[in-house]
Parts: sequence; C-alpha cells; structure tokens
Amino acid sequence: MKKLAIFHKTKELESQIDDFCDKVDEGALAFKIGIHAYITEDHDAFDDKLKLVNRIESDGDALRREIERRLYAQTLIPESRGDVLGLLENMDQILNKCEGPMWKFAIEKPEIPVVFRKDFENLVDSTVQGVDALVSASRAFFRDIGTVSDYMHKVMFFEKEADKVGTRLKIAIFSSDLDLARKQQLTSFVEIIDDIVDSAEDVADRLAIYTIKRSI
Amino acid sequence: MEIATIVFLSSGAFLGWSLGANHLGNVFGTAVGTRMISFMTAAVLCSIFVVLGSVISGAGPAETVVGVGAINALAGAFMVAFSAAVAVYWMTKLGMPVSTTETIIGAIVGWNLFTGSFIDADSVIKIMVTWVVCPFLSAGISIVLYITTRFVLRVCHPHMLRLDAYTRIALILAGSFGAYSLGANNIANVMGVFVPVNPFADSVVGGLFAFSGVQKLFLIGGLAIAVGVMTYSHRVVHTVGRSLFSLTPVTAWVVVMSHSLVLFLFASEGLEQWLAGHGLPTIPLVPVSSSQAVVGAVLGIGIVKDWRAIRWGMAVRIASAWVTSPIIAGIISFVGLFIVQNVFNQNVYSPTAYSISQAVTERLTEDGVEATPLLPLIGTRFASTASFVDAIDGANDYTRRQTKTILDLAKIDNIVVDATKLDRLSQGLLTPQERAAVVKLDGRRYAHDWLFARDLAAASPEWLSLPETTVNKLANRALDAKRRALYNLFRTPPAS
Repeated sequence: MKKLAIFHKTKELESQIDDFCDKVDEGALAFKIGIHAYITEDHDAFDDKLKLVNRIESDGDALRREIERRLYAQTLIPESRGDVLGLLENMDQILNKCEGPMWKFAIEKPEIPVVFRKDFENLVDSTVQGVDALVSASRAFFRDIGTVSDYMHKVMFFEKEADKVGTRLKIAIFSSDLDLARKQQLTSFVEIIDDIVDSAEDVADRLAIYTIKRSI
Repeated sequence: MEIATIVFLSSGAFLGWSLGANHLGNVFGTAVGTRMISFMTAAVLCSIFVVLGSVISGAGPAETVVGVGAINALAGAFMVAFSAAVAVYWMTKLGMPVSTTETIIGAIVGWNLFTGSFIDADSVIKIMVTWVVCPFLSAGISIVLYITTRFVLRVCHPHMLRLDAYTRIALILAGSFGAYSLGANNIANVMGVFVPVNPFADSVVGGLFAFSGVQKLFLIGGLAIAVGVMTYSHRVVHTVGRSLFSLTPVTAWVVVMSHSLVLFLFASEGLEQWLAGHGLPTIPLVPVSSSQAVVGAVLGIGIVKDWRAIRWGMAVRIASAWVTSPIIAGIISFVGLFIVQNVFNQNVYSPTAYSISQAVTERLTEDGVEATPLLPLIGTRFASTASFVDAIDGANDYTRRQTKTILDLAKIDNIVVDATKLDRLSQGLLTPQERAAVVKLDGRRYAHDWLFARDLAAASPEWLSLPETTVNKLANRALDAKRRALYNLFRTPPAS
C-alpha cells in the first residue's frame, strides 16, 4: 500500500506539471485574445482578458512553487531536478511577460493606426504560436522525450517569423508621419511583444540541452 | 579460539574491509553517481545483502579458490590475505575498482612460489579465461539490455516522474541483488584461503538451523565487507558512477542489472542445478570480478550511445590497475612470507611429504595414469612438493593434470581411526549408516586419505560418491565435506 502511495503522489505531481503547462498555454491564448480585443477597440473584452491573464499568472506562480516544493520535499528526479526547476521558472517568466504588455496597453492606452493593426495581430499570432510550441516541447520533455525535437523547430520558426514581422512593423512605424514620441511608444510595444517569443526561444535552447542529458 | 588464530583471521577481515570499500561502487556506484540513491541508503542496503549472500550462498565458488593454492598453514593464509588486502586497499585509495579475484590469486601464486608448492594451472587458467569473458559478457548483456530498455521506453513513454520512481525502485532491487551476488561470489576471495585451516566447528542453531564452520567464517568476512562499505567506499563509487561515462538513471540501472546478471550466471548453484536438471548446458562456477563486470557494462552502454564520450583514459587506468594489483599482491606476499617465516619464526606452510606405494600405482592405473615409470620411486620418501615433482618429471613426461593426480594420491597422511572421537563432530553431520561404517574401521591406520575413503565406501554404500554429473555435484560436495571433517578429526602427527 505504501508503494502505491508513492505512485499516487507521483501521479498528483504529474498532473500539477500538466496543469502548469496548461496555465502557460492559456495565459498566451488569453494574451492573444486580449490584444486582439484592444486592437479592435473592444475594451470590455480587453479588461476581461487582462483580469484573466492576471489570475492565470498568479495561479501559475502558486502552482510552480508547489511543484518545486514537492520535487525537493519528496527528493524526486534528483538528476534532473535542477533542469526541471529551471524549465518551470523560465516558463513562468514567459507567463509574466504575457501579462506585462497587457498592463502596458491598459496604462498607456496607445492609439494604434489602422495601417499597423494587421501586423500587430500577426506579431502576436507568431509569438503565441511560438509559446504554444514551447509548451508542447515541455510536455514532450516530461512524457515522450524522443519527440521534443519535433516541437523545438517550430519554436525557432515562429521566433524568426515574429522577428520578421517586428522588424517590418518598426520600419513602417518610423517611415510614417507620426511624431517621434508615438513612433517610440509603438515600437516599444513591438519590442515587448517580440521579447516573449525571444524568451521562448531561449527556453527551447535550454530544453534541447536538458533533453540530451535525459536521453537514455 | 586461540589469540593467534584471531590475529591471523584479522587479515581476512582486513581483506573483507578492502573488498567492501572497493566494491560498493560496483553494485550501487551508478545509482549513487546519478543521485538516485543516497550514499548512506546504498551502503546500508549493500551491507545487509552482502552478509546474507556470504552466509547463505557463499559456499559454491569457495571451492574453486581453495583449489588454487590449498594453503595449509594459518600464518601463510594470513600473509596471502594480508598482501591481497594491502593491494586492494592501495587501489581503493586511488579510486580504482579492481578485481579482488586477480589480487588474491596473485598473492596465492606468491605463496606457491615461496613455498615451492604446486600451482594448479587448471584453476588459474579457468579464472583467467573468466577475466576475459566477464567484461565482454557484461558489455554484451548491457548492450542488449540497453537497446531493449530504450525500445520499451520509446513504446511506453512513461512520464519522467514515474520513470524515475520506477528506476529508483529498480536500482534498489538490482543493487541489492548485486550485493547478494557480490557476497555469494566474493566471500570466497576474502575467506576462501582460510577454508582449509578453518578454526570454527559446525553447529546447529537452536536445534533447527545447521550453521557450518565455513558459514561462520564467511559471516565474519561478510561483516568485514559491510564495514568496508560503510567506511571507505566513496572514492570508487565516484569513479564508477561519474568518471568513466556520464550515465542517466535508466542506464545506471542497466549497468547494475547487467553486472548482477553476470555475477548471478557465474556464481549461482541454483541456476546450474536447474539447467543441469533440464538437460541444458551449464555455466562454469568461477569467482568472477564484479569490477570487470561493472566496467564492461558501462563501456557497453558507452559504445552503443556514443563511444567518443567514454573517458578512455580512465578506462585504461582502471585496466592497468587490474594488471598491477595481482603483481603487487604477489610481490608483497612473497616478501611478507619471507619476513613472517624468518623474522617472526612462523610456519607459513606445512611441508607435505610424498611416497609412491604399491597401492598408489594400482590406483593410478585404475585412474588411467601410466604408473610403470613411477615403479623405481616406490619406497622413496620425498619431503617436499618440489623434490617429488622433480622426481615425477624425471620419470616420465606427465601432463600437469596427471602430475596433480599423482600428487594427490601420493601425499602421505597419518589417519588413525578412533571411534571415540566421533562425538566431537556436530550432531547430525553423519547419518547412522555413515557413522556405523566409521565404527567398523575403528583402530585402522591409513597412510593416504583416499585409502580411508575407499574403505569407508566399502563399509557402507552411503560413503560412495555418485557419478560426477552437475546434478550430483552438491551431494558429492557434501560427502567430500564429511570426509574432510573425518580426516581432520582422525589426522595425527606422523610418527617420525
């Protein structure tokens, strides 16, 4: 019975890690819908998503702390514990970075000219797809290590796509007739969104190393 | 027990301690190296299972080791065990997992050379073949096990946490199994040289369990190994667990399992009996080196995974330690025996005398050895093995095996059957029929032990050995042990 209890605890922790991955995924999706709502000037929907991202971020933090506590308290995966903690913390950072631009939009309330809206949406789209691929890679790291690389290249792909869109957008902004202050404000939004997928790529690079270490 | 006996046995305990310090790395090194099991957990588990393995299953390979040198004086056995212990300790200090088998054989050969005794080449060659076979077999098993495990994991892909939980339990089970095999297999190395001069008598515990003298001897050895495990094993653990090749928890399990399987295949009498009972070919029981098995297993995985990632420099250092440790032990043994004999005035061997009699030549002819060339030697008494072997070699070109047969049959003994001494044996050792046969021979004197055995067989069929098959091996060995007990009981100093 005690042995079964050990596996029961392991199973609980497995579902907590799954929940944490879900949170990161949900946070990114809520971010995407929120930005879309802002761009389409649906302010109620934006406020809803801001609250949602905020709650997901807090839940994610609590879940990550609980997972870390249990990994140490139950001395699980001793060889990979450091790597797993690093992975969870970095993914939590991505969740934080999804919340950041939402607040920035809420506080600064930038006016986005119609001509830039499509590229802003494209940028957010690539970013969220990059994060989604990273979450899939992380799930694979826990469940089916052989398939991690299948998702890694997607992270790299979407990071490059986001870079391209971001650069195009910045060039377009600075080529426009807007005054310098607005140009700088809008590019700061481009950068803060692009930073999310850049972080996802960094996490993916580390994950590649963790995967090599775990590969039997 | 005399104080001197305790002092002499202490070198066996020292050897046990060195072996424990050296060999924890073999069974739990990879588990500790991958941090799946703490050092203390590994040490405690290893200690318990080594002692159990030593006492319960240790008797098999001891015979093979005893056959190598048949050291017949306690001071000699002391020096052999001591020199092997020093060599193993030295290697442990350097963090090298060495073969205790090689080391003790090196020391025994030192004794053979010093005393001019006959070196049983068959046993030495048999063990040397195992030295080559053991790492290769272990590498082969680890490769197969690794590929199978990898395939199974790819199909099942369990969650990392669950995989680690399973791996940890598997490492504990495989390590404990390995520790049991280690005790069963290597106790012969620690205490094997003391078997012919065993100071302990057989007894029955609580009227239920037979606790033989050899088991008592092996219990002391097992406890000494356990102390070595607890106190000085971290260096070799580090070498095996981390320095040779970077292992993952799953490959750590594959290594321990492959190593344990090799020890089990080479040391398990149960397996041998089962195979023989089902008409299958058996695997020879010889003391294998757990160090060679574990290093072979690690290298096997390294070769399949990425041979460039193996630290070959470390592998070469380990292999060179295997070569140097028996040489060092042999030299220490030879020099030490000289000192013990000449400085401390201790008898390091009992000189064995030989003579060819009519009975010996008849028995040789029965055994298919050409006895005619030996006829001129009848009546001559040879005071040492060396002079007798010279005389045999001068008489005819005998093979080493034939020479060994002649030596065994011509060895002069002085056995005087005295039925009143039978009560000194532990109760239940002899059956009533066996005892009656001994009583029938009361008062007889024998110049050779085999003559006594022949008369016993004539007096009762219970004293007759069964045909030499693997299935009969245990029964015949038990009978041999009873005969040896009688020889020791009735042996009296030769009238000079």
